[in-house]
Amino acid sequence: MAYPYTHEKEVRVLSRGWGDPATRTLEGWKALEGYDGLAKALEMGREKVIEVVKASGLRGRGGAGFPTGVKWSFMPKEKKGVHYLCCNADESEPGTFKDRELMRWTPHQVVEGCLIAAYAIQADHVYIYCRGEFFEANQVLARAVEEAYAAGLAGKDILGSGASIEVTVHQGAGAYICGEETALMNSLEGKRGLPRIKPPFPAAVGAFEQPTTVNNVETLCAIPHIVRNGGEWYRQWGSEKSPGTKLFCVSGHVRRPGNYELPLGFPMNELIEDVCGGIPNGRKLKAVIPGGASVPIMDAEDCDGCSLDYEGVVERGSMLGCASVIVMDDSTNLVKQVRRMVDFFAHESCGQCTPCREGTTWLAQILARIEMGKGTEEDLDTLLDLGAQMTGTTICVLSDSAAVPVASSIEKFKDDYLSLIRRGEPVGAD
Amino acid sequence: MSQNGEFPDTVTLTIDGREVTVPKGTTILQAAESLGNRIPHYCYHPGMSAPAQCRLCLVEVEGAPKLSPSCVSAAQDGQVVLTESEKAKGMREGVLEFYLKNHPLDCPICDQSGECKLQDYVHEEGRKHGRSREPKRVFGRDDFGGDVLFYGDRCVMCTRCVRFMEEVAQDPLLTVVERGSRSVIDTFFEEGLTGSPYAGNVVDICPVGALVSKDFLHKARAWDLDHTPSICPNCSQGCNIDLHTRDDAVQRLKPRPNLDVNAYWMCDYGRHRYEWINRRDRLEAPVLRGEDGTRARDWPDAIEDVAARLMEAREAEKPVRAVASPHASNEDLAALRAVVESLGGGDIVYRSRRAEDEVPLPGFSQLVRRRDLTPNARGAEILGATRVGDDGATGGLEEVSTHEGVVIVLGDELSDQGASFGQDAALYLYLGSHSTPAADRADALLPVTTFAEQEGSFTNFEGRVQRFWPALRPPGAARPAWMVLGALLARVREDARRPAHVAAAFLRAGELAPEFEGLAFETIGTRGALVNDPVALSGGGS
Repeated sequence: MAYPYTHEKEVRVLSRGWGDPATRTLEGWKALEGYDGLAKALEMGREKVIEVVKASGLRGRGGAGFPTGVKWSFMPKEKKGVHYLCCNADESEPGTFKDRELMRWTPHQVVEGCLIAAYAIQADHVYIYCRGEFFEANQVLARAVEEAYAAGLAGKDILGSGASIEVTVHQGAGAYICGEETALMNSLEGKRGLPRIKPPFPAAVGAFEQPTTVNNVETLCAIPHIVRNGGEWYRQWGSEKSPGTKLFCVSGHVRRPGNYELPLGFPMNELIEDVCGGIPNGRKLKAVIPGGASVPIMDAEDCDGCSLDYEGVVERGSMLGCASVIVMDDSTNLVKQVRRMVDFFAHESCGQCTPCREGTTWLAQILARIEMGKGTEEDLDTLLDLGAQMTGTTICVLSDSAAVPVASSIEKFKDDYLSLIRRGEPVGAD
Repeated sequence: MSQNGEFPDTVTLTIDGREVTVPKGTTILQAAESLGNRIPHYCYHPGMSAPAQCRLCLVEVEGAPKLSPSCVSAAQDGQVVLTESEKAKGMREGVLEFYLKNHPLDCPICDQSGECKLQDYVHEEGRKHGRSREPKRVFGRDDFGGDVLFYGDRCVMCTRCVRFMEEVAQDPLLTVVERGSRSVIDTFFEEGLTGSPYAGNVVDICPVGALVSKDFLHKARAWDLDHTPSICPNCSQGCNIDLHTRDDAVQRLKPRPNLDVNAYWMCDYGRHRYEWINRRDRLEAPVLRGEDGTRARDWPDAIEDVAARLMEAREAEKPVRAVASPHASNEDLAALRAVVESLGGGDIVYRSRRAEDEVPLPGFSQLVRRRDLTPNARGAEILGATRVGDDGATGGLEEVSTHEGVVIVLGDELSDQGASFGQDAALYLYLGSHSTPAADRADALLPVTTFAEQEGSFTNFEGRVQRFWPALRPPGAARPAWMVLGALLARVREDARRPAHVAAAFLRAGELAPEFEGLAFETIGTRGALVNDPVALSGGGS
């Protein structure tokens, strides 16, 4: 395959067909057993589908890692009104670029996953909420949906089964917060993308006040394979609690950054040194953010021997999140990196809750001052204290997320702060 | 009892060590309020939805992993709530520091100072010193149209104003633009709130000085204002209001909650018509025309004289005609009716201004700016007065103006009448607050107080009797009409006694009109009582 940076240790399930333009078409997807999963699901019946997904142990790939089958079973069994499935394709966690590739290369995989999931939860309508900036992905998906409709795979009476599922691709307007499931639903409804108070949870009161399930693109892409091959098959990879394969988005100071599909539980050392070709320029590993900007930063010691599954990363004091591995070598000043991340959160805060609205900006201002060599040691106490005030006190977790890199970087890389403060000079413009 | 007539289920919880039982579905914040414990909050307002975004009302609930927003958390049976724990207080201190991060601290020039929730909360529980060394964000000032000015830097982003316009006024003219710390309230177009009939309420519900009234701007400091419960005199809805006074003048009107009448709101039409109360060219002493010319008299003299003339007229069987005002209180109108009857009876008419249309508040449908623009037309009707004239409150007095018997005018300014009014009258009494050319011929000009200077009651469009209290000192010798007329009545009717106080004057209304029977000041209460619908409170009268 032509997809850049393949590696023999990869297990290409979801990423099979990447790099081949043919896969984007219905025909190309069908050549890879495409839509066999949908046909099989329709035969099995929806309860069986949920059972298989539960048996596979598939966990949500959007970051929280909640078991997908269990999530589906929260939907009302007795259908009273319309049910919705939202495919969360608003991928915007800094460091994450897996859903974009899934949509660009295998749009039918996304559509098929959506249809099976919708069938399982009795959803009448699927909304694929695609990040606004993903112009190509939006177009490719829209074309795939059109093809699926034309082939009788979506819409009324799918494959003669009697099941009817509408599919709509909805282009977001460019806000990170709309990847939060309740903000996504507000945005979908045409309102400001503000997270909602939970409870009620989406499975009870979701989009358009109807029962709704929101699943990540990668989660849904795994569904056709699991339905086709069974839950046990999926468990051949990964661990008991974290089964299956996972797309790892590796960026930063490695020779071959990119998307790699690997079994969960893959060793971090091997990912960096072998799969990604190691750290260039003879530099040494300094820090890794294993799951996107919202998770605690790991130092080299934490990384050594870390097993890349949900439990393994937690053991090392961080979280797997959406497996967006940002690698930083010893030329990095963490203050600058953290300031950039916090700037991002300040820019993307919806502004509802006071601790987040004011806190994210305040953190960013203090960090910028420290970065410019104008910080004080008291600033570090203030940063930690503000971070604590921003944790667990808001409607959604964006506020918590902004505080995480600040606290973990002060804990593990305090010297980066102190040297700037004591030297009184800005970080070099590297 | 709940609205569907069933007794609601209740839950019992403990808040700061005190047990309280509340109906199921009550929020923790409301339950605490029922104990007199006001949990600090901005975004929650009882008349609107709660977005739980200000994060100030977070309380500790034992067993919960995080602090809970008390405004949206339903009280649960057996719950143990701590509003004053270290965690809850620490949280509030932290949130308040965030609020002050970009706040300009311009209290000395801010109209809200003294009634500002940010000021109050920070003084109670805030940090002594803020830690921010960063430059403050500046939004500046914006004219939102209508009576509303916006000071963006003072805003706490509670979105009450946005939700009021959306949910209550249902005229969504305000919104939040941008996001994060760049969020700011704004109007859509240049005209902003102009022409939206209930927009003035956003100033009342703004917990800080972000939205202020242009009319009130820099007029008075909040702590210099006296608040007197009253009833809006500008239409027959009878919105409950407070008169805010300083230097013996009304400075502004503010709505006072009454869920049976106006909830928390009032219309801009009513709000901005108060200047007439402050008119200074008042009648300040009784003026009698006699054989020795026209001159001011003191009250005992005047009463004696007028009563003698009334009895004379009664002897001569002079017919009586009276003009009442729907701005007069129930007590005033009852006293007028009693005097007229004591003279052998006669027609009582009144005139009232009426607007072409009603102006409803969609989000609280009971509240409507009524067509009748007077506070007590219903009371006047019940007490036997008949409406005459047109919707501009002019005309209809042809018979009175040339009446040859006794003419009594109470409160009507007769602005459409000339100096010849009452020229044929055997006796012409004018009770009013201001002089008018049509009173030139009056045999007695008796100065009476306005509703703002006396205690009394109005009967609103639906027959709800509501009390108001005196906010201003009566000018000179002006006295309430019920007192003046009561004194006259005691002279002309042997069995009548002067009412000792306004509550006694109100009871006279019950003697005259069955609609008022059974009502008494002690039992009307703060929400008013419907006529013929007496509420018997414990310890109250009949």
